[in-house]
Formats: sequence, C-alpha cells, structure tokens
Amino acid sequence: MALRMPAPDQDVLARRREIVAALREIVPGEGVIDAEDELRAYECDALSVYRQLPMVAVLPSTTDQVSRILRYCHENRVRVVPRGAGTSLSGGALPLADGVLLGLGKFNKILDIDYANRTVTAQPGVTNLGISTAVASSGFYYAPDPSSQIACTIGGNIAENSGGVHSLKYGLTTNNVLGIEMVLVTGEVIRLGGKHLDSEGYDLLGLVTGSEGLLGVVTEVTVRILKKPSTARAVLIGFPSNEDAGDCVAAIIAAGIIPGGMEMMDRPAIHATEDFVHAGYPLDVEALLIVELDGPKVEVDHLIEQVAGIARARKSMTLRISQTEEERALFWAGRKSAFPAVGRITPDYMCMDGTIPRKKLPEVLARMRELSEKHRLRFCNVFHAGDGNLHPLILFDANKSDELERAEKFGADILRLCVEVGGVLTGEHGVGIEKRDLMDTMFDDVDLAQQLRIKCAFDPESLLNPGKVFPVLHRCAEMGRMIVNKGHLPFPDLPRF
Amino acid sequence: MTKPRDADDVRQAVADAAAAGTPLEVVGRGTKRGLGRPMQTGASLDLSGLSGIPLYEPDELVMTALAGTPLADVEATLKAQNQRLAFEPADLGPLYGAPENAASIGGVFASNLSGPGRLRHGAARDHLLGLKAVNGTGEFFKTGGRVVKNVTGYDLCKLLAGSHGTLAAMTEVTFKVLPIPEKTRTVLIFGLDDGRAREAMSAALGSPHEVIAAAHLPTSVATRSSVAYVSGAGRGVTAIRVEGPAPSAEHRCKALREELAPFGATEELHGMNSATLWRELGDARPFVGDPRPLWRLSVPPTEGPQAIARIARTMQAEWFYDWGGGLVWLAVSPSADAGAAAIREALGGGHATLVRADDAVRRAVPVFQPQAAPLAALAKRVKESMDPKGILNPGRMD
Repeated sequence: MALRMPAPDQDVLARRREIVAALREIVPGEGVIDAEDELRAYECDALSVYRQLPMVAVLPSTTDQVSRILRYCHENRVRVVPRGAGTSLSGGALPLADGVLLGLGKFNKILDIDYANRTVTAQPGVTNLGISTAVASSGFYYAPDPSSQIACTIGGNIAENSGGVHSLKYGLTTNNVLGIEMVLVTGEVIRLGGKHLDSEGYDLLGLVTGSEGLLGVVTEVTVRILKKPSTARAVLIGFPSNEDAGDCVAAIIAAGIIPGGMEMMDRPAIHATEDFVHAGYPLDVEALLIVELDGPKVEVDHLIEQVAGIARARKSMTLRISQTEEERALFWAGRKSAFPAVGRITPDYMCMDGTIPRKKLPEVLARMRELSEKHRLRFCNVFHAGDGNLHPLILFDANKSDELERAEKFGADILRLCVEVGGVLTGEHGVGIEKRDLMDTMFDDVDLAQQLRIKCAFDPESLLNPGKVFPVLHRCAEMGRMIVNKGHLPFPDLPRF
Repeated sequence: MTKPRDADDVRQAVADAAAAGTPLEVVGRGTKRGLGRPMQTGASLDLSGLSGIPLYEPDELVMTALAGTPLADVEATLKAQNQRLAFEPADLGPLYGAPENAASIGGVFASNLSGPGRLRHGAARDHLLGLKAVNGTGEFFKTGGRVVKNVTGYDLCKLLAGSHGTLAAMTEVTFKVLPIPEKTRTVLIFGLDDGRAREAMSAALGSPHEVIAAAHLPTSVATRSSVAYVSGAGRGVTAIRVEGPAPSAEHRCKALREELAPFGATEELHGMNSATLWRELGDARPFVGDPRPLWRLSVPPTEGPQAIARIARTMQAEWFYDWGGGLVWLAVSPSADAGAAAIREALGGGHATLVRADDAVRRAVPVFQPQAAPLAALAKRVKESMDPKGILNPGRMD
C-alpha cells in the first residue's frame, strides 16, 4: 500500500541496538520487544490494510518509565507511536519503521472508585467496558460506549475522542472525562483537571482529547460515571424509504425528544445483519430505525408512545416495541454486529465515518447510490441517525486487480460529499492516516497551520506520532511562514471547497 | 476603540495592531471587564458590531451566531422554538455593575461560564461545535463544524472556550441547542448544615432520577432569595432540580422527596419559582451589589465543605454551593490579597478564581489559580502559538 509516511531516519535506524539497550535500562525484562516475530503483533491496528513493523516496542508499567522513555527519545530524536489496544479504524497506531512503539497495555488497573463524587480513576490501558463493569454492582456505568468497548482502552478513547450509540444524549469522551495525567514529549508529567469540573486556565484537557496521540502520552484518566437509568426500551420501526425514516428522525427531535440512542440501517445492512443474527428485523422495508428511550419507567412509557405516534404518522410499515430486556438486546444485536455481518458477505469492506447534518441524509444516500454505480462497488449503511454520524461500508475484494483503489476513491468521494453538505470527515474514528490527506477538504492552509502550531507548542521536533492527522509535516521553525502542501496519496484528486 | 462591522474588519484591525505591536483589549459587549487581571492595552477591539444569527435549524439542534450578538437575542430566538442553551449561561455582568442580560454570546463562550445545569448538561465548552476567529497575527481561521460528532483535527473550540480573548478574537460561534423540558421541579430540603447537605446532594446525584442541578444555601444566603419558600425558611436550604416530560418530572420529584426525607423536611418548587431560584444561583445574585471580594471555587464535590470549614476559620466569609457541592461562591472581607493565600491553601483539589475584587487586589494576586511550572510553560507556548506577539488581552489570565 502506497502511503507516504515520514522518511525513516537512517541515523536512528543505525543506532537501533543502542536504543534498544537504553530502553532495557528503563524497562527491564520482557517489556522491550525487538524480535521481528514478536513485533508482528504491533504492525497494524484495526485499519489493517496498512502495516509497518516498528523499530522496537516498549511496554512500560509506570508513569516514571513512560517519562524516562519519552525523555530518552526526545534527547535522542527518536520518534514514538503510542498505542492502546490497537482498535483504531483510522490507523492512529500504525508504527513507524524508525519509531518506538509505546504500548500502554500494562497500565491496566482501576485506581480509584469514588461513588460520592461519581468518578472512576483508571490507568489508560483499562478497557472502556472495564470501567462500567467495575461499577456495575452499584448501578453505575460509564456512558460513552464505542462498539469496540470490550477491547478498546480508555486511553485510546481519550486519544480518539470516541463516541458510541448513546452519544446523542450522553456525549462523547470529551464530555465525560474530568482529568488526566499526561507525559509530555520532554518527559515532564502534567495533570489536567481532576475530580472537579472545568479547567482553570486554558482547557488543555479538551484540546488533548481527540488529539490522536500527537500531543502527549496519557498515563491516568478520571472519568465521570452515571447511575444507570432504571428502565430502557427500544422501538424497531421499518419504513418504505430512507427519506421517510429520515423524516421520522427529524420529527422525533423536533418534538423535543432526545432518545438515548437512535440508529438507522438501510436495506442491504438490514439483510446482512438479519442473516447473521436473526434479530427478527423486517426484510420488506427499505430502512429500519432503532429508537431507544431510557429513564424512569413512567417517562420511557410516555415517550415510547410519542415516538410510536410520530412513526405511524410517517408511513412506518412495521413497529415493534421491546417488551422485555431480552427483546431490547435482540433489537440491538443486529445493529451491533453490523460490521461482522457485512464481513460475511464480502471478502473485504472499508468502513467510512463522516458526519452530516441529519436532514441531508436522503440527499446523501441518493448521491452515494450514484457514486456506487460510478465506482462499480456495492455499499451498505449503518447510521447514528440521532447525531448524523454515517458509517457507509464499502464492499470490495482486495484480491481483484483495482478494487481496493476503487474503494478508496469511492470512500474519498463519500467523505467529500459529507463535507460538501455541511458535515465533517470523521465523527468518531479519527483522522489517523486514513483521512489525513483529505484534511484540506475541510480546512484551508491557515486553519491547518494554526493546528500545526499547536502541535509545535507540545512537540516542536514532531516526534510524537508523526505522519498522522496532518498531510505534510514541517519543521516548527518554519511554521511562521509555511504553506501546507496539498495531500498526495491515497486520495490525490480532491478539490477544495 | 475599533468597532469592526464584520469579520474582515476584525482581521484587518488585528493585523494592523500586530504590525504596530499595539496590545488590544478584545471585548464583546463589555459586561465582564472586571473578570481577570487588569490589563494595559493601547486600544479596544469592540466586537458588538458583529451581531446576527446567520443559521438556526431547530430540527438539527444547532445555531450559528456572530460573536457580538446579545445573549438575550439568542435566548429569545431559541425560546420562540421552545429551545434553550442547556448549560444555562451565567450572567455575571451585574456582579460588575453591568445591566442584566447584556452579555454577548461570544463573551459567554470566551469565559466558559456555565450555570447550574452544567452538572448534567455540560459546560459552555461542551456545547460549542465550531467557530471562526482571528488569531494574534491577524489570520482568519476556523475550527470544528456544525455537527455534534466531529473529531476532525484538534478541538480548538475547547481551547478557545474559557480563554478570555487571550488566544484569538472570535467572530462567529456555532453551538448545540436543546429542547426546553416540558416540566421542571425543584425539591427543597430544609435545615441541613454544609456537611449533611453535601451528603443529601450526593445521594440525589447517585440516584437514577437524572438530577440536573443541586445546590445548597446556608441560612444567611437563603434569606436573600426572591423565592419566598427559600427566603422564608429561616434555615439552610438544599435544592435539587429534575426536568423532563410532565409525568416523569413529577415522578422524579416525588421519588426524590421520599428518598431524601431522612435528611429533613422537604418542599417542592414548580415552574416559575424553580426557574427564579436557579437563575439567582447561576448568576450569583446573592452577591450582586455587595462590595466584598468574590471567589468561585471548583472542587471535588465532597471536598467543598471541608475546604470551606478551613477557610471560615481564618476569615469572615459567606458562601453557597452549586454543582452538587463542586462549585462554591465565596464572599470574603476585603483585604490586601482578598484571602488568596489562605483560600488556595485550603483547597484539597480544584481551583479558585477571584471573580470580583478591586483592580489593586487583582494586580496584587493571581486571579486564576497558579499552575505547576511545566503546565504554565506549556500554556505559555500554546498562547504563543496563536498570539506570538502577545497583543490579545495581554496579561488577562496571567
């Protein structure tokens, strides 16, 4: 795969043995990995079309070790790629040939559960679900629930500002994290936030959340936990067209209802998931909505009736309300297994992640169908309808001559379309390497230069996760007068608007 | 004084000031000029001419307003569609002698001052989706977008929210709006001391009743409320707010009254009284028209009463709690440092801001909580990345 990454520094590669030895001084025993077969485990994340062996991997277990590793790498001009569980869909943890892969997997402890202040403090390698599990017996949970929550880590969630199906009502990671401990590239350790609300001084916590490992390495996280709603029920609604389903979503919001989750699938996604998990989805509909309401039973019952009324007034063909917790779980089972279900019907697929203003959905779906014909590839759609976050899945076969290339062009066209209708390139998966070269469809040179100067304020030598998020790296000394070049591969032909 | 008519005027004015090295006071509608360190500036950049709402799509829960648009216009426009800003912007102007409801929407986000609803709905910064601004070199840039779910590039909205005009002059803000809940109920509990009130608030917030706001007013502050149920209590008053569709708000209110009964006698406030009480608290009305220095402490909720107990041993003070105990408004007797050393010493975590004091006091002590050296150095580099010549509100947050 042709993807332009920063050219490996031959001087660093020549010093590999010395660097490995220095890292072993900091992290003794098996915490430093330099054998090629063992490094294979780190060669990619969930965006597995891009692979690269790191120069060396190091797995520290204390903040002090992280600090010393970064200080050493900074002093010796060695690049560093931080990694959580490696579930990123945008290549955020893709290693560098001349880089140290810094794995946070050993930071796997929950440090403090504070019910009175409703917070959990955890090391960054604790999984997202691990936090909810730790407080479940007391009826609490951590709200953001990315679909990879059994594997993805809270540190990775901070790096990517992860969302989930409940983010319409409960927010993204950035709205639920209260504090972090972070190591700067110099090895300095800083604390941002804590168990209190709002930052004093600049909101660097908000800036760091979603910064994709480019600004520092998070070594401790404090999040807000919530009491579980006493009741949750879901409604499954089938529609004769995507337009009707889109209208229903708009009408629910317009009625002042903010559901806990509101998901939509198109016909190909309905069929793929029904074949896979037999959730009982109707197969004669063009679009399916899952609307979940949570809260006190009296509120849920009240709102479910309202939602049902709105749906019936908008051509719904089928409407089922979950009567039991098992049935609610079944309604979700199909949606939550959409990716593996699609994986069964195609050798390969590419998952896109644009966000659009909700009302543009029918237009975007219609134009995606045109693009599908143009690129001669099938696609299906799952959609966080409540907050406008689209996940088109492009089906292709990488073993057929040019299908990967066509899939990438199709994907670029979809993201370009999202931006054109007022949306953004990525809602929750991150820019990483995947959308890096599309950044100039959303931002002009001045916008990008301003972001790069922020990067320079944290990491002037650009040692932390270089090659991610921004199309072209410049030395910070040049930033005052730099022009950001247009991106190149893998999306070479995009205009700006 | 420069009063730009549009974003390009702002860009030009800042570029000129940058070229001449003239420090600028960046001001929206000027209601919170007394917040922050006193500054020495050569000119004012008055953004009140940038007024208007170019985009409002109620179905999409989004609005775009020019930075100088009066908050009152924004709120009236939203109210006409039964929507609101859920973070309940705090109107602190009256604390500084400005009229009520005179702030600009840009100033609201630049100061990231959120009201009681912050506890559940998040802060102003959580609602800011995108913005356009002019940095300290006179470059016009944008960040974010108009959709809620967006992780494209660094989240500079968060950075600019609460930066008090020291990083860039915002020209336009895009933010999330939400429906006004059908019903609001506030449960009052009478006669608790700070410690018990903190426990009652923790119990309420740890319940599944989706408590939106929780505050505690010691007796002397409660008596100044314009809500008779509160002022007439003659005791400390703890207030817990719920919202939602009518049946649910009523259900939550009833359930909370039952669950909190062991703490003390309870009462409930309905729509108008409830709205009045929470507006008073959000805007720190109990301390308006009061000459005393005023602090705003953000602390871990359980540590508020302990910190206050330590402070009250060393100085004359009066206070009330919001955000479930995590926010303390604290008025102290005038002194050379407004009690800064003792107050910051007493904190077990969090930060203390000297919201109101004479210029001389705000020159003498840091208004914002001093930061550890590596963090302070990083913040300075961030400032320089946006305003390398230091011309935007110089020194205001130092």
